[in-house]
Formats: sequence, C-alpha cells, structure tokens
Amino acid sequence: MRFRLIATAALAAALGVGTALAAGTKDEREAIMKKIGGAMGQLVAITKDEKPYDAAVVKTALTTIAESVKAFPDQFPPGSEKNSPAASPKIWENMDDFKAKADKLHADAEGLLAQLPADKAGVGAAVKALGADCGACHQAYRLKVD
Amino acid sequence: MAGKRTRILLSLAGIAVVGAAALFYLTLPAPLPEAHWAGLGEPDMANGERVFWAGGCVSCHAAPGSEGDAKKVLAGGLALKSPFGTFHVPNISPDPKAGIGGWTLAQFGNAMTRGVGPGGEHLYPSFPYNSYARMTPKDVNDLFGFLKTLPASANVAPPHELPFPFNQRIALGGWKLLFFNDGPRAPLSASGDQVKRGQYLVEGLGHCGECHTPRNPLGGFQSGRWLAGAPNPEGQGRIPDITPGSKSIGQWSEADIVTYLETGFTPEFDSVGGSMVEVQQNMARLPAEDREAIAAYLKAIPAL
Ligand code: HEC
Ligand code: HEC
Ligand code: HEC
Repeated sequence: MRFRLIATAALAAALGVGTALAAGTKDEREAIMKKIGGAMGQLVAITKDEKPYDAAVVKTALTTIAESVKAFPDQFPPGSEKNSPAASPKIWENMDDFKAKADKLHADAEGLLAQLPADKAGVGAAVKALGADCGACHQAYRLKVD
Repeated sequence: MAGKRTRILLSLAGIAVVGAAALFYLTLPAPLPEAHWAGLGEPDMANGERVFWAGGCVSCHAAPGSEGDAKKVLAGGLALKSPFGTFHVPNISPDPKAGIGGWTLAQFGNAMTRGVGPGGEHLYPSFPYNSYARMTPKDVNDLFGFLKTLPASANVAPPHELPFPFNQRIALGGWKLLFFNDGPRAPLSASGDQVKRGQYLVEGLGHCGECHTPRNPLGGFQSGRWLAGAPNPEGQGRIPDITPGSKSIGQWSEADIVTYLETGFTPEFDSVGGSMVEVQQNMARLPAEDREAIAAYLKAIPAL
C-alpha cells in the first residue's frame, strides 16, 4: 500500500518534470533573449557610428527581434516557474500582461519593418522605442540574480 | 548599613536618570537653525530641475501608475512595503493644505537634510534623508523653488500602517543616533572634482546606497559593504553589487556605465530591469557630465 503511494508520487513527479522540460528551460529562454540582444546591438552600433548605416542589416535585426519575441511567451508554460531564477514568479500571476508586453515589442518591430528607418537618426529613434519595450517587461518580470 | 545601601541605590538611580536624560537629549529632533537657510536668494530653476531628477522624487511621490507628465504631480499615495510595516508616501505637491505649499524653506530643508518634519517631529528613514543629508543649501533652495512650479494636488495619503513600537516617531531618535550620517561612505582611490561630483550624486542625491547597500536587522547600512549588493526588498532576485569587485560591472568600462545610465543597455545588450528602470530614466535626464561623474566615482570605491 505504502509502496504504491510512493510509486504513484514518484510517477507524478516524473510527469511533472516531464511537462516542465517540454518548453521553457533556462537555456531556451536565454537563447531567445540573447538573439534579441544581439540584434539590438547591431542597431546600436549604427547609432554610435561603429558601423555605417546599412538597410539590409537594419531589416535583418528588426526581423530577428519581431520573430524571436513572438515565440518567447511559449517558454513559460504552467509548471515551469522554477526553471530559471531570472524569470519572476509574477509572469505566471499576470500571464496576459506578460504576453501583452511581448506583443507590444513584436508590433513595434513589425511597424518599423513596414517603414524601415532610413538613416542613422531613424535607427536611433527605433532603438529608443524598442528599448522602452525591453525596459517595460524587464521592470516587471525579469530578476537579477548576481 | 541600610543607609549605605540606600545611598548606592539612589546614586544608581541618579545615573540612570542622567543617562536617560542624555539619551533623550541626544535623540531629540535636531533641525538646523533658521540662519542656515537664510540669504540663499532667488532659486535657479534649471538647477532645481536637475536636482529633482537626480534625487528621483517621482519614483516615490508620483501617484502610483501615473505616466508621462502626470508623474510630475507629486500627489503621493504609493504604498512602500518594508520589514517594519507599510508606509504611505505623502503628498509633496505645492497644495497649501494637502502638500508642502505652505512650508518655509527652513522646514523643507530640515525635512530633506535632517529628517525633521514641519512640526519638529522625526521623519521615517524610508524617506531617504540619510542620503539627502549631503545636499548643499543651494541645491535645497533650487529644488524647493522648482517643486513649487509643479501642479498641485489635493490628495491626502492614508496614514502609515506600522505596528508598535515602529509607530512611535520619538523612537526614531535612537535610529538616527545609531545610523544617521552625512559624512563620506567609503574611502576613494581617486580625487578631483569629477569624482567628488560623482560622490555627491551617488551618496547624496541619487541615494544609490538605499538599494545597493545591504542592511542590518535595524535597517542601518552594514559597515564596510558600501554598494556591495543586497537582497531585493520586493521579493526574489538581488540588487546587484555595483563596486569594481562585481562579476558584472567590475568588467565594464567607465563608458559602459555611462551608456547604461543613459540608455539602459548593458555591454551585452541586456536591458535594465526591476526598480532600476525608473532610476535609469531619471539619470537619462541629467547632463552627460553627471553620468560621467557617477561612472568615475563607481570606479573609485573599494572593490567588494
Ligand atoms: C524611496 C522613496 C522616497 C523618495 C525617493 C523620496 N521620498 Fe520623500 N518621503 C518618502 C516617505 C516614505 C515619506 C514619509 C516620511 C514620514 O512620514 O516620516 C517622505 C516624506 C517627504 C517629505 C515630508 C513630507 C511631510 O508631509 O512630512 C518631504 C518634504 C519629501 N519627502 C520630499 C522629497 C523630495 C523633494 C524628494 C526628491 C529629492 C523625495 N522626497 C524623495 C519617500 C521618498
Ligand atoms: C530603487 C532601488 C535602486 C536605486 C535607488 C538604485 N538602483 Fe541601481 N539597480 C537596482 C536594481 C534592482 C538593479 C538590477 C537591474 C536589473 O534587473 O536589470 C540595479 C542595477 C544597477 C546597475 C547595473 C548592474 C549590473 O550588474 O547589471 C548599475 C550600474 C546601477 N544599478 C547603478 C546605480 C546608481 C549609480 C544608482 C544611483 C544613482 C542606483 N543604481 C540606484 C536598484 C536600484
Ligand atoms: C515580454 C517580456 C520581455 C521583453 C519585451 C524583453 N525581455 Fe529580455 N528578458 C525577459 C525575461 C523574462 C528574461 C529572463 C530570462 C530567463 O533567464 O528566464 C530576459 C532576459 C534578457 C537577457 C539576458 C539573457 C541571458 O543571457 O541571461 C537579455 C540580453 C535580454 N533579456 C535582452 C532584451 C532586449 C534587448 C529586449 C528588447 C529589445 C528585451 N530583452 C525584451 C523578458 C523580456
């Protein structure tokens, strides 16, 4: 009897871990954000005159941001609360708002793709607008762990 | 025999009374005299605005949830949770009744730099006067002038929700005796005007230590741990170490720190988060030379 209970509990635990592993590991989350960060870096390099303005680079960077952030909320399914310490538990308490903040970045990047920034000043304005979206989500949902 | 014992007891009681009186005296609110605040002349509004952003008053005194220009209405009402209870931030808009419109410069200056309210009472250090204590009288005068140009609000914040003994303002005298300090926070490895300006901004107006320095159980700063990082008072996560010993910003150049304060991006293009977002937005409004001074100072403090 007692053995069966323990076995069931172990099975349930295994299943629980199983679903958590399906999506939303620390590595997957970080990989998406690193891609977004890298794309942002290419835009900032243009605003700092480290790289010349290049429409193709700007387009690729904005596309990377728009596509990556779209899939980001899928990395936070129920049961994955403990997978990475940098993800605040508030994400699961306010999932709709978290998704809305991802959608906002997606929509702003799409909007910029539709009207591609045409010079360095345009890229500067784009960096500011997108940066505010990063900050809004990190303010509420990203934790520093040192 | 009995006489001698009585004498001893009496003199012990005497010592206790003198001790208590001394303690009482030492812990009385200690405002600066009126003369300290006299003769400062017309406030310089441009400098007042610079002091306002450096001091980050909006982060606590704006109505919760307000955005854009509405943030300049310092109506109060934000609930600040702490281990000692919940504080409700007061209205400091120019409303003569609900705000500080009726205050004199001396009353305002003594609140900012001595933690003494207009009725002569101790203020709670959840208002970071233990940092603002470093403000020059000129900056206080300019800030007061600038605050009067902001919109008035009639909002009255609820009273603080603090259990005994924390609801006794008089007990704050003991806290001040132990922890109130307007001197330098840490030895510096560099000198010169730029680092000094940075010290004024970080230790004083910017009150960076209020979040980045760990505290003891009584809420005072742990000694020798200046800006070494602390638990996040809002729950999980940590407020990072920002000394040259940090695994993160210890590797950043001064220019990297300046960029972070201006744009919110780290050298890895991570973006600022948590309660630092509002601080960064305030820092972005300062002239570049102030961000550069902060970076120079952060490189000159002891590595922890
Ligand atoms: C970290 C939050 C915080 C920040 C930042 C802050 N304050 Fe406050 N302030 C408070 C709290 C909390 C109180 C209430 C203290 C008390 O009741 O003893 C307060 C009280 C005051 C008072 C006294 C009001 C009264 O009615 O007694 C004044 C004046 C004031 N603040 C001005 C400022 C100014 C100016 C700034 C910016 C330079 C500022 N504060 C920044 C939290 C803050
Ligand atoms: C209200 C609390 C608070 C105050 C006040 C504050 N900080 Fe911060 N600071 C934080 C938090 C929280 C973080 C972590 C940010 C994040 O999650 O991205 C941080 C991060 C930083 C970082 C980046 C460290 C890293 O490793 O990424 C720097 C630099 C910094 N702060 C400097 C300052 C300076 C300079 C001041 C004073 C002008 C200041 N902070 C005042 C809360 C605060
Ligand atoms: C919808 C919310 C959201 C938005 C929008 C967002 N982030 Fe993030 N970001 C997060 C979360 C949550 C984490 C913590 C991920 C984890 O480790 O669990 C994170 C972490 C990061 C990291 C650290 C990754 C690592 O290696 O640990 C970088 C870099 C980053 N974000 C950059 C950005 C940039 C740049 C933007 C804007 C262009 C942005 N983020 C927009 C939520 C967001």
